[in-house]
Amino acid sequence: MSGSWILSGLVFLPLVGAGCILVLRGEDEATKNNARWIALWTTLIVFGLSLVAWARFDPSQPGFQLMEQRAWFSRAIAYRVGVDGISMPFVLLTTFLMPISIAASWSPIQNRVKEYMIAFLALETLMVGVFVALDLVLFYLFFEGGLIPMFLIIGVWGGKRRVYAAFKFFLYTLTGSLLMLLAIMAMYWTAGTTDITALLHTHFPASMQKWLWLAFLASFAVKLPMWPVHTWLPDAHVEAPTAGSVILAAILLKLGGYGFIRFSLPMFPDASHYFTPLIYAMSIIAIVYTSLVALVQEDMKKLIAYSSVAHMGFVTMGLFAANPQGVQGAVYQMISHGLVSAALFLCVGVVYDRMHTREIAAYGGLAQRMPRYASAFMVFTLANVGLPGTSGFIGEFLTLIGAFQADAWVALAASLGLILSAASALYLYRRVIFGVIDKSSLMGILDLDGREIAVLAPLLILTIYYGVHPQPILDASAASIDALLKGFNQATALTQSAGL
Amino acid sequence: MNVTALSLPIVLPEAIVAAGVLALLLLGALRGERSVWLVTEIAAAVLAAALVAVIADRHAPGATFFGAFVDDAFARFMKALALIGSLATLLLSVEFMRREKVGGFEFPILILFATLGMMMLISAGDLIALYLGLELMSLALYVVAAYRRDSLRASEAGLKYFVLGALSSGMLLYGASLIYGYAGTVSFGGIAAALSGQASLGVIFGLVFLLAGLAFKISVAPFHMWTPDVYEGAPTPVTTFFASAPKMAAMAILVRVAMTAFPGVAADWRQIVTFVSIASMALGSFAAIGQTNFKRLMAYSAIGHMGFALVGLAAGTVEGAHGVVVYMAIYLAMTLGTFAGILSMRRDGAYVEDIADLAGLARTNAPMAFFLAAMMFSLAGVPPLAGFFAKFYVFAAAVKADLYGLAVIGVLLSAVSAYYYLRIVKIMYFDEPAKAFDRPGAAARIVLALSTAVVIFYAVAPAPLTNAAMAAAKSLF
Repeated sequence: MSGSWILSGLVFLPLVGAGCILVLRGEDEATKNNARWIALWTTLIVFGLSLVAWARFDPSQPGFQLMEQRAWFSRAIAYRVGVDGISMPFVLLTTFLMPISIAASWSPIQNRVKEYMIAFLALETLMVGVFVALDLVLFYLFFEGGLIPMFLIIGVWGGKRRVYAAFKFFLYTLTGSLLMLLAIMAMYWTAGTTDITALLHTHFPASMQKWLWLAFLASFAVKLPMWPVHTWLPDAHVEAPTAGSVILAAILLKLGGYGFIRFSLPMFPDASHYFTPLIYAMSIIAIVYTSLVALVQEDMKKLIAYSSVAHMGFVTMGLFAANPQGVQGAVYQMISHGLVSAALFLCVGVVYDRMHTREIAAYGGLAQRMPRYASAFMVFTLANVGLPGTSGFIGEFLTLIGAFQADAWVALAASLGLILSAASALYLYRRVIFGVIDKSSLMGILDLDGREIAVLAPLLILTIYYGVHPQPILDASAASIDALLKGFNQATALTQSAGL
Repeated sequence: MNVTALSLPIVLPEAIVAAGVLALLLLGALRGERSVWLVTEIAAAVLAAALVAVIADRHAPGATFFGAFVDDAFARFMKALALIGSLATLLLSVEFMRREKVGGFEFPILILFATLGMMMLISAGDLIALYLGLELMSLALYVVAAYRRDSLRASEAGLKYFVLGALSSGMLLYGASLIYGYAGTVSFGGIAAALSGQASLGVIFGLVFLLAGLAFKISVAPFHMWTPDVYEGAPTPVTTFFASAPKMAAMAILVRVAMTAFPGVAADWRQIVTFVSIASMALGSFAAIGQTNFKRLMAYSAIGHMGFALVGLAAGTVEGAHGVVVYMAIYLAMTLGTFAGILSMRRDGAYVEDIADLAGLARTNAPMAFFLAAMMFSLAGVPPLAGFFAKFYVFAAAVKADLYGLAVIGVLLSAVSAYYYLRIVKIMYFDEPAKAFDRPGAAARIVLALSTAVVIFYAVAPAPLTNAAMAAAKSLF
């Protein structure tokens, strides 16, 4: 098949870059710069390659494309990669955000630069791998492997309580994922293969589906994260370096949502249907409860972290509404949150680099000294709130429509959370940006420099562009989502009629 | 299988080691202490030759000495592992022995004797050969455990190991005699045939004693008491040896006995193995958390890992046996690598063993920190490293055998055990650097780098090892 090497290139090219950095010698300034440039160019080339993959991708086809298969363990467990309309946007999001993260780490990271860049490139390999893997074991390998570089990123370059945060992140996620691993084994013995394309057409017995579904939930709920297993997230976000927070919020959280779409819904339709009330309950608690918690945070990153949990609540709600609006909205919400939360963490990073504190109370009146920063921060805050005209609106709107069709009360409760989440985000913005500058330390603060503008501008453009023109993402995933829901509805209808 | 009275090609690897060790003993006795390095070099060559003989063996599987000695794919695979473990130990020991002045030509000779015992043990086809092999191995191990005579800790370790080991050998012998009494034969095939109907209580009784004796040798709970003290007290190369080769042999014979002699009472021994497995995983995971001495921590880690390997045996299927074999192969690489790392921990000319001594290693010796971190993540079972696949195979076998409870407990305990491996990574990468280590010796660097290569690149090309292990497992059925 033509172009079948592209996805493998996307996955393994970052490792080549990491290998180049590995052979660099010395600790002087020139070596550090070389490491930075190699990392930046590698991620840019990967991004370019992902655009090529996108150009070759045909969104009207619902199935997997650009597929590649190689012998690995056995015929049953093989190296299989491919993309469909659901994974393609996530691949692009990942490759798009990586150069931004590298650029954002340019001057803040001065310590052990080579190792930092290697960790990020390894992380890119693993994240892209998760989205393109078409074999469960391969998927698990990438899914879990990401823990190692992220553990090191938080632990080595993080803040004061980095060790605690890194351990909590690692052990939480590992425990959840190990249960999923057992489910993967059970699926392997039942279906005789770990080929995802084959498993999508395997019907598992209804009683087995429930156990498998719960095991997958254990992993994805931690990763997403859903209430009540979200508590690792605020710690990890607060302690991680800026770019680490960006990747964590923008991509690692999406692995959970992606997992729900890729596995839980199509492979265990009966169980998904059965457990929908549970998901609704967890989603609504996440939306309302974490928005309330966000209101009282004193730390900027923690506030954004809690609001991320609330946003992921919309994602799960939309997904399990199991209608086109809900699922499309969930995908859209994830992509949009990937852009917006990344930008928000970068914005926090900008002032953190200058003042070395994330206390909200330490700021105030920044609009007078940093007009460009204030404008950019405003756009992202409003996108986070879901103002029409920004990408955040489309996702929340679609998931709410989807939920409303499925269950009006759920949508009602979620919209209540929307108000709270708006309150916390705007409250943050007011306290940091508006008011009079009365702190002497803020008097000399400088506005965005060229590098920071270059980092934030692409995110700003896309946030607004996808706010007014959502069609590209919606079109890309429409065919795949339709096919997914068709299968889902058939399966649940079949079970229900059998039950009657 | 073709059974003969005596077939030299079948016992060629053992013959090489036996002839080698006897010649070396003479050489050492005649030339005294001057011959230490010559003896060591020749011993390494003998082990390498035996390894080649095992790997290059293209003969059809067969049995000789009237079935007491079995040569099949399983025996060859496990013998290769045991030989690699012995060879690596021998190479790693040279620098340590020279620096710590605990040389003596006896050490390589004892290693060779132990290895010969392991090879006989792995190939044992009846209870008598089993006992002979086990004792030949154990007697040599008792001596090397106390090899540093003037060290109180080492003497204590050796004595402890000897007393408990003798007890376990006694139990094993008692169990074997009971089984002989009730089955009327000592050969594994004969026992299996005799037990095909209803098994009597006496046989089950004997089986329990037999399993207890073998459980002692692989150091699984509740027969693990000797392990932490011996690991900590013995000189590090000796600990390396304990942690690698004898475990391969003892696990091999445990699997062979269970699968070939007692398939008829599988339900009974699977219960025992399940219990022992859970107890070891739990003990290994929780008891290691508080350890500060790296060798002692590795002792608890070993207890835990043997528990994980036994998950495969508890399944009692060919997939389970395959899982155990893969597990042992990967565990060998991980444990040799880790101990090579411990042997590289030398500051101002003195060996150090505390985890805290690794502080900030990532900045003082980045390659060593990277290698050791790969070992730790692999021991914790994090993909894409080999340790993950080791666990994958045994747990997959357990899931297939419907042992869901065991599988769930096992994976949760493996998450617990991840904590203390991560703690070592944390000390190496997150903490402020301590004074740099002295430059490690060539053998330690090579073993550490090779083990890391195995652990990292196993995922790239898993098929050769996995297929060889599958052939080994199938030869038992």
